This record gives sequence, C-alpha cells and structure tokens, in this order.
Amino acid sequence: METAPQFFRNGPGPFARLFIFAILSCLLIADDTRFKYFPQLRQTIGVIIFPLQKIAYIPSDIYDQVEKLITSFNLLEENVKLRQLYLDRREQLLRLEALEAENTHLRRLLGAAQQIETTAKTKVVLAEIQYTPRDPFNHKITLNKGSYHDIELGQAVIDDKGIVGQITQLYPWSSEVTLLTDKDHAVPIQVVRNGLRSIVSGTGKNNELELRYLSVNTDIQQGDLLVTSGIGGVYPSGIPVATVLKIEQDPAGDFALVTSAPIAGVNRNRQVLVLSLAQVESNDSLEMPTIESGTN
Amino acid sequence: MYVPASSLFIATSLVIALILNFLPLQGDLLIARPDFVALAIAYWNVNHPHKLGMSLAFGMGLMMDVGNAGIMGQHALAYCVIFYLTQIFGRRLRLFSLLKQAPQIGFFLFIMQTVFVLIALSSGSTLPGWSYFHATITGTLLWAPAAFVMTLLSKPKPDSSAL
Repeated sequence: METAPQFFRNGPGPFARLFIFAILSCLLIADDTRFKYFPQLRQTIGVIIFPLQKIAYIPSDIYDQVEKLITSFNLLEENVKLRQLYLDRREQLLRLEALEAENTHLRRLLGAAQQIETTAKTKVVLAEIQYTPRDPFNHKITLNKGSYHDIELGQAVIDDKGIVGQITQLYPWSSEVTLLTDKDHAVPIQVVRNGLRSIVSGTGKNNELELRYLSVNTDIQQGDLLVTSGIGGVYPSGIPVATVLKIEQDPAGDFALVTSAPIAGVNRNRQVLVLSLAQVESNDSLEMPTIESGTN
Repeated sequence: MYVPASSLFIATSLVIALILNFLPLQGDLLIARPDFVALAIAYWNVNHPHKLGMSLAFGMGLMMDVGNAGIMGQHALAYCVIFYLTQIFGRRLRLFSLLKQAPQIGFFLFIMQTVFVLIALSSGSTLPGWSYFHATITGTLLWAPAAFVMTLLSKPKPDSSAL
C-alpha cells in the first residue's frame, strides 16, 4: 500500500475493510437464518433488482414465443387431442360427483360430521417458474406472480401431479416457493392405504423426503401413497405428496427410517398452480353428531 | 501507459454480470454457470485497482442473495473475500500473462465457493457433491478469454487529434 498515491490512501486498509464487512455479513446471515429483524431489506433489494431479472428473462421469453409459434402450426391436432381428454376427464368427473353424493349420503347415514369441502372453495392462480437458484443448499424457486397478483404468504403450490411447496417470500411481482425437499419444510400427511397420519419433512437432498418419528412397528409399506391430511390449514386435504421408497427398520433404534420420493417434479414443467389458503369454516364442523334413534 | 477505465464502463460491466448471473438456467447448465459477478469484480480489481470499493462488492453480493433466494449475506461475504484477495494479490497477478493468471483466479474462486459451503454448513445443510465446484472450473476457463475481451473493450480509442 506504500506505493499508492497519497490521495488513494484514505480509510482503513484492505484487511480491516474485509474484517468490517465480514462481521456485517455474519450479522446479516445470523439475522436471516434465525431472527429476521429486517424483512423489508429483502423486499427493497428485490424491487431494485427486479428490472435486471426481467432483462435476464428476455432470452427465455423469446424462446417461449418461438416455441408458441411452432406449436401453433399443429393446434388443430392438439385441439382434437385435448377435446378427447376433456371428454375422458368429464366422464371421470361425473363418476366423482356421483361418488361424492353417495359419500355425503353415507356420511349422513352414519351421522358423522360433514367434512370441509375444499375442492369447491379453493381459488387457484396459474404461475410460471422463473428462476431456480444455483445453490444446492436451498430448495427454492421463484415464480412470476407476486402480491400484485393476490398471492399471499403461506399459500400452497401444486403442479399437475402433487404438492410442490409453499410460498415463503413475497415481492410485488414475484414470489419465492420453498420446495418440499427443503430441509426446513414439513407437510402434514396421511397414508392413503390406512389413514395413518404423520408429517413428512424435507432432507435438503433432491427427490428425497423423510418420515420422522415413526415407530419401528408402524404399518407402512413400500409404495404407499402419502397425501396431505389437511391438518394445519395450509394444504387442502387429499393432494398427493410422496410415495414411500424405502423403509429401514433398525431394531436397535426407536424409530423406523422411512424415505420417500416427492411426486411433483419441478424440473418437468414450468407452470404451477398457487392455491388460496384453506378457508376456516365458520360453522362449527367439529360439533358432535347427534345420533338419532331409529323410530321407524 | 496506464489509463483508468471509465466508471460508466465499469458500472455497465457489473450490471451485465449481474444479469448473466440471473439468467434462468436449469440442470447441468446451471451447475456449470460461472459466477460472472465474481469474475467482473476480480477483473476490475486486478487491472484497475482502486476503482471499486469493497462496499460495492458487498452491495452486489446482497443483490445476488435476494435474486438467488439464498441466505442474506452469503454472496456479500464471498464477494468481499474475492475482492480482498484480488486487491492483495492484484499487483502480482498483473505480472503474469492471462493464461497464467487463470489458475490463480481459479484458486480464488475455489476459496469463494468454500465460503458458501461453510455458511451452508453452519446453517445445517449437508455437504454438496463435487459437482458444486464445477463453477470454479468454468470460471477459470472463462478468465483468459473474458479478460482479453474486456481489455480490448476498455481501451480508450486513440485520439486522432493528439500529437
């Protein structure tokens, strides 16, 4: 530093500067991972860098436009295919409606409490995945819809197969989704086969989820489908989450090691659905059913 | 003769580096993407010292953290580290040709990525695979051509009216 001209020699030396900024960074890291005192800081920077991100998306936008142009040539064919699919689904839906009616009828017969109807009340917003971070440590993606498009914190995000994750950070024109596989993420689930309730947590690895604290003798099998249980009010019930991959029952341990693979894939498609938060039922659905004595 | 680069050119190059870092890539491309901002900071610090401040590196790091949806402060710390290293060793690096500079820059990039790994470990993540360090290799390979192009661009045009 001695050879530097006089007018450059102001302020602390390089190492002192590094030291100051390192401490500042460590404070920020601690704040961000533990305390979260300054949520506005992230928001503000998010707005500042938004135009840059927008510019960065231009190449992929152009690619999309070109792809759209190419697909528009075989629209007719696709239309026929979709119509067929629609009729197919329509038939399934009709059957579902019949089943639902039968189900409510049977429930009424049993005198059980009416289950919260979630399917009719959830509003969905279609969003596009804009950015997947390079970090292998954080399992998050950025969507192109934000608070400006009525997206709220905590909403569930699904694709055509199942749950993708949950909105955890909101910017005006974009939002961040924490994926199922994130190590800090958990979803209340239910095993379809026997109704066993548990919580599935991310492991921080790609395509791997973990069912913690299930005792060694729990009735769970390879290939079991896990769906959301609806407990907790974030995720609507009955949406597929994962399938059980592997069960290790170590007799020495207290708990079985159950690994499962998420059903939804983030790399497969670019569109996802953001579900509105489950509405809290105003009428008391937990009311004890009154069992009427058969008088006839 | 040493001619300081114009501040506008430096600012433009840093903004372009940020945009390149924000490119929506996927899969292997994403893993292999070099950190353009780190390279830009290293380039300016080696070839035109005292043009950038560490606070600028810190600010760029914060922008990367928000854009990357990561822990706030990890890129900021990493960019400050690479700023410090290139500031300390910049004068020595300038003695070498671009091709000989590349492995040394590669070592700085490796230290920078190690900072990321340490921060992630401290917040409870597991160790990543070696593929995480592919970006260091691509950054090293990119150094010589990128620095060559930047030097060409940042050279002031010869003044025709000068004697």
